Amino acid sequence: MIKFENVTKIYPGMSSPAVDNLSFTVPTGEICTIVGPSGCGKTTALKLVNRLHELTDGNIYVLDKRGETQNVLEMDPIVLRRSIGYIIQQIGLFPHCTILKNIGTVPQMLGWDDARIRRRAEELVEMMNMPVEFLDRYPHELSGGQRQRIGVARGMAIDPPVMLMDEPFGALDPINRTLLQNEFLRLQQEIKKTILFVTHDIDEAIKMGDKICILNTGGHLEQFGSPANILARPANKFVEDFVGADRALKRLNLVRVEEAMNAHPPLLQATQNVEQAVGFMVEQGIRSAYVVDAAQTLKGYVRVRDLKGKTGWVGEFVEPAATTIQMTTSLKDALSEMLVVDYANVCVVDAQNRVRGLIDTNMIHEAVLKSAAIAEGEEE
Amino acid sequence: MKEDTSFWQQLKHLTISDVLSWTMIPVLMIIVVILVYNQLLLTIEPGSMEANMLGSYEIGFKRIMDAAAEHVRLILVSTLLAIAVAVPAGILITRQGFRDFSGLILGVANIGQSVPSIAILAIFMGILGLGFKTAIFALWMYALLPIVRNTATGIKEVDPDIIEAATGMGMTNRQILLQIELPLSFPVMFAGMRTAAVINVGTAALGAFIGAGGLGTFIIAGIPLMRDRLILVGAILTAVMAILVDWILEKVQDKLVVSTATV
Repeated sequence: MIKFENVTKIYPGMSSPAVDNLSFTVPTGEICTIVGPSGCGKTTALKLVNRLHELTDGNIYVLDKRGETQNVLEMDPIVLRRSIGYIIQQIGLFPHCTILKNIGTVPQMLGWDDARIRRRAEELVEMMNMPVEFLDRYPHELSGGQRQRIGVARGMAIDPPVMLMDEPFGALDPINRTLLQNEFLRLQQEIKKTILFVTHDIDEAIKMGDKICILNTGGHLEQFGSPANILARPANKFVEDFVGADRALKRLNLVRVEEAMNAHPPLLQATQNVEQAVGFMVEQGIRSAYVVDAAQTLKGYVRVRDLKGKTGWVGEFVEPAATTIQMTTSLKDALSEMLVVDYANVCVVDAQNRVRGLIDTNMIHEAVLKSAAIAEGEEE
Repeated sequence: MKEDTSFWQQLKHLTISDVLSWTMIPVLMIIVVILVYNQLLLTIEPGSMEANMLGSYEIGFKRIMDAAAEHVRLILVSTLLAIAVAVPAGILITRQGFRDFSGLILGVANIGQSVPSIAILAIFMGILGLGFKTAIFALWMYALLPIVRNTATGIKEVDPDIIEAATGMGMTNRQILLQIELPLSFPVMFAGMRTAAVINVGTAALGAFIGAGGLGTFIIAGIPLMRDRLILVGAILTAVMAILVDWILEKVQDKLVVSTATV
């Protein structure tokens, strides 16, 4: 848990606050994104938690490893910082130290022995989908994306319950950014950290956040809530403008394919005979169907008009599917994929290419309406 | 993959420019020294003033070597003392609370550099007397500025993001200084020491004026006697030493920069 209680920060010599009477709570295990235009005090707010900046008024509480609520102001800043993961956009890896030493910075200060540090570092680079050999390299031998993964690994070195991330993926190219975002979200499913995540990009805020905290210039809180909630019901004109005119479309980002798909689609077996298959498709009122083998692995699809009047096995007429979608894909990406290949529906598969469902535009529409209804329900 | 670091393996990868950069300066210097020996020392006529000054060839050679050793001692002691004072001073003026004094400290160090060395010798001769100590003091003052300045510059040039990450992870100021700032600024700091040492080789030749010995002795003896050979022996050997010190420290510096492998 991270709790802001009437937190104000006024820099010396400034008349207006950088963070203005900010109160919100991030529940344990959730990511809260702080988003706003430049100069809104989002980075300042983040740095108040590990006391890189000292707050002027109010209190900040964090849950420590033993599950006890601690007022950060009552803790020794050095102890506090060592207990909180800190990841910044510029990464700040130590160029003269190996990756192992970089990741081991905090564990070493906490007195872990070398073997334990090495074990933990190996575990972390594997978690980040990187080879263990990287531990003996230097930062300049790695690419930007790899360096940022090491930055994240370093932040997680002692498995801190609370992490602060300041635009961690901001300096990466779009492809790497998406990749790291997805990897991190998948990781978060397992590690369940409580994270404060600063970004200037509303799309990233929506994608990464279980909660979003929208700040305006002067550190003023405009709205705090779940992404669905904020998109469905912007609190005021500022939020409405900030989330953008396409906020209805952005809701597509919030729902994953597995929540919207038809999990029991009509499928054909490759070993079925053609007449039987045509009968099945006519009965179902569909013009084409996906074909699977005995293990539910996708083989491709067949069309009614190609099969009519033919004999033999369905497997002989299968055409490969131009695209498939993973269950964890967002509806936005799914829709985009469907528009690209011009399919009425797309097959949803798991990592082993087994068919798990089917999705079409109607299902997407319904899912978005449903998520909006849930968001409104939350509000009441 | 383990890198093969055996000598012969490394030798295979040598390029012509590598070979030249390692051999050119020493070979040239050896040639110069041989020329000095052949052309200047072996041609001295017995009974001449040069011969009186240098004695027989054997004694002359020994006197020259002694003077060179004295010269090296002057440089070593003064540069090491300067490092001992200038590095802490350079660190100090980058610390919070002392940054305001950075102008003052650099200013003081600047004085050492801008007052002509011969003047410093003259002034402190009155206070410290003749000899080794006064020469060391003057050389020490001379070496301060480049080292203080480069130490401070090196530390200030460390990427602030690295410092921020280190602070955010809970490193103490002391840990940041010892584990981050000093290792990362060392190449710049070392360049300052190299500059100081090379300047001191030349300046130490003036030490002979106040009886501190060194290669300057021959120059100073040669001028009033108008003996070019003595002057040349002193001048050329001083130059050879400056070039060699610079070259050796350059090689050390290359090694250090490679091994710290900065981005």
